[in-house]
Formats: sequence, C-alpha cells, structure tokens
Amino acid sequence: MSARILDRLREQFGEAVRATFSNHGDECAIVDPARIVEVCAFLRDDPELKMAMLVDLCVVDTLGLDRREGGRFEVVYHLRSMASGRRVRIKALVDEGPSGANPEIDSVVPVWRGANWFEREAWDMYGIKFRNHPDLRRILMYEEFVGHPLRKDYPKEKRQPLVRRDFS
Amino acid sequence: MALEFYSTKLADALNWARKYSLFQYPFVTACCGMEFMALAAPKYDVARFGAEFPRFSPRQADLLIVVGTITEKQGPILQRIWEQMCEPKWVMAFGVCASTGGFYQNYSAMPGCDQVIPVDVYIPGCPPRPEQVLDGLMLLQEKIQDRTGWAQRRQLREHEAVVKAKKGHLPVVG
Repeated sequence: MSARILDRLREQFGEAVRATFSNHGDECAIVDPARIVEVCAFLRDDPELKMAMLVDLCVVDTLGLDRREGGRFEVVYHLRSMASGRRVRIKALVDEGPSGANPEIDSVVPVWRGANWFEREAWDMYGIKFRNHPDLRRILMYEEFVGHPLRKDYPKEKRQPLVRRDFS
Repeated sequence: MALEFYSTKLADALNWARKYSLFQYPFVTACCGMEFMALAAPKYDVARFGAEFPRFSPRQADLLIVVGTITEKQGPILQRIWEQMCEPKWVMAFGVCASTGGFYQNYSAMPGCDQVIPVDVYIPGCPPRPEQVLDGLMLLQEKIQDRTGWAQRRQLREHEAVVKAKKGHLPVVG
C-alpha cells in the first residue's frame, strides 16, 4: 500500500527520483534538488497522495561519513497525508559551492507556508540558502553570530559571547 | 565616633530588616522553574523566610534569582535586568546551569550567569531540592547581615573612597 507513494513518484518524475528505499514502513525518496519544488507540489496536490502536511524540514551534515555522493548536506522533508495518515520522507542532497559558498536549494514556502521557519532554522544552523525564501534570517541565534553551529566543522565548544562582565 | 557607632547600628538594623523581607525577581528560563514553584508553594514555603513576594519587575525586587540555563543570546537581557534593580541587590544562581552552565558545553549556553552579573550564592543541583534552596537563602541572609554581599561590598568600598577623599565621616547605610 504505502510503497505506492514511491511508485507514483517514480512514474511522475523518472530520473529525477535518484533512489528510493523503504525500511520497516518508512518510505524515503532521494530526489534531484533542482526539482524539489515540483516534487513537493505534486505530493501535496496529487489526489491519490494528498501529502498536505509538512511535518518537519531538517538537515543532516554528512561530513566525515561515507555516504557523501551527491552532496555534503541532506535536506530532509517529512510529509504526512491528513487523508490517509501515511508518511513519506523526501531527501535532496546539496553541496557547498566553490570555495565554500553556502549550498543552495529552492524554498518550498510557495508550497507550504509553514516551511518558512523550518527553512530559517536550517539556514541558521547549517547555512543552507533557500532561494526565493521571503525572509531568510537567523531564527534562533543572534545576528552577531558568525557561522552555522550545527555544521560538523563548527568547533564543538566555540562560544561567541555578546557580553561579559566588565565590572570589579 | 558616636555618630559612627549609631550609623553602624542603624546599618545592622536595616540589614536585619532586609534579610527578612527579600523581594525576589525570579528570572526563570528552564526546568528549574518547577522546583522554584515547589519552593514558593506551601509545602516548602519560602514565605517563612520573609521572601514572600515574587515581584515580576526588577525595579521592585532586591534579590535576582537566576533559575535555569542562560544562553549567550540572553546575556545582555539578564545584565540589563540586573542593572535595573535598585541597590542594595543580591543575586542567587539557582541550579547548576545558572551556576556553571551545567552539562551544556556548546555554542549556545553561557558557562554560568556569573559571566555577566556578580553572584552571591550558588545553589548546585539539577534541579536543586527546595531544602537546598532554603539553605542557600539562609546563607544569603547571613551575607546580608554581615554586609558581604557583592553590592554591599561595592557600596562600602565606594563609601571608604569618599571618606578618604573628604577626610570626614559619612554615615554608612547598607
């Protein structure tokens, strides 16, 4: 039953679906990052799937792991259908640009408005640049913060204090 | 000399009154807040020690209780709240996070609120039991009476400097 989601995706997008796997009822598809908005809109609007809810959007930094083909960062979209209760996970692999520029991917805010803060968090913590995002600012850290703290190459205990006591 | 004697006695009386009427400002940021509520509720009843009223305005409080983790982002906020309190004032670090950063060793948590404000009493525990907090409160009361709180020591220092400069006597209050 639920493998049908992945079949529908493959039928619709062919080569853009790079791999699919399902483990213990968890469906996952790795898709071409250039077509992520199309894929998401399809999943939301297809009358059979109706993946109307973006449960979460998160990022995995695979620096130092073996599974790095295609990009250092995995942007993961967790979707759920309110009609059938089924879930699916979509991954898009993005890599840093030349000379360490931030990785870029299209924003899915036009598809789910709720993606707004998720994408801001992903920008804040991992430095993923979401193209066409209406307001891509840091959401948790302060503006003065330099870098993206959840990247694997951010020093584990590096603090960037705003104030320290300067009284006697 | 007589004036000095009376002003010292006055300070003792004032500090006796202060230690039994602490108005707290609870700066609650995390789970320690639950334990703070237990402390304030009838079972442990911090009111027995005169610390009856939490005032949710720093301008009406003389005891800042930092309850919970302080992040680097909160540092300027906490410092401003401390600056807004009237003298003399005291600070209590409630729990390990407020005292040392606790088990957080990362980019966001401040290693103890004494990085930005002076702390008079540290209460360890994750969270501390209410008995520990009451113990800390009694320690603070001793400090207030002995005039060894941070703000009181600063006031004394400043007073001594004035006395030295003017070569005269000024009454000590605080």
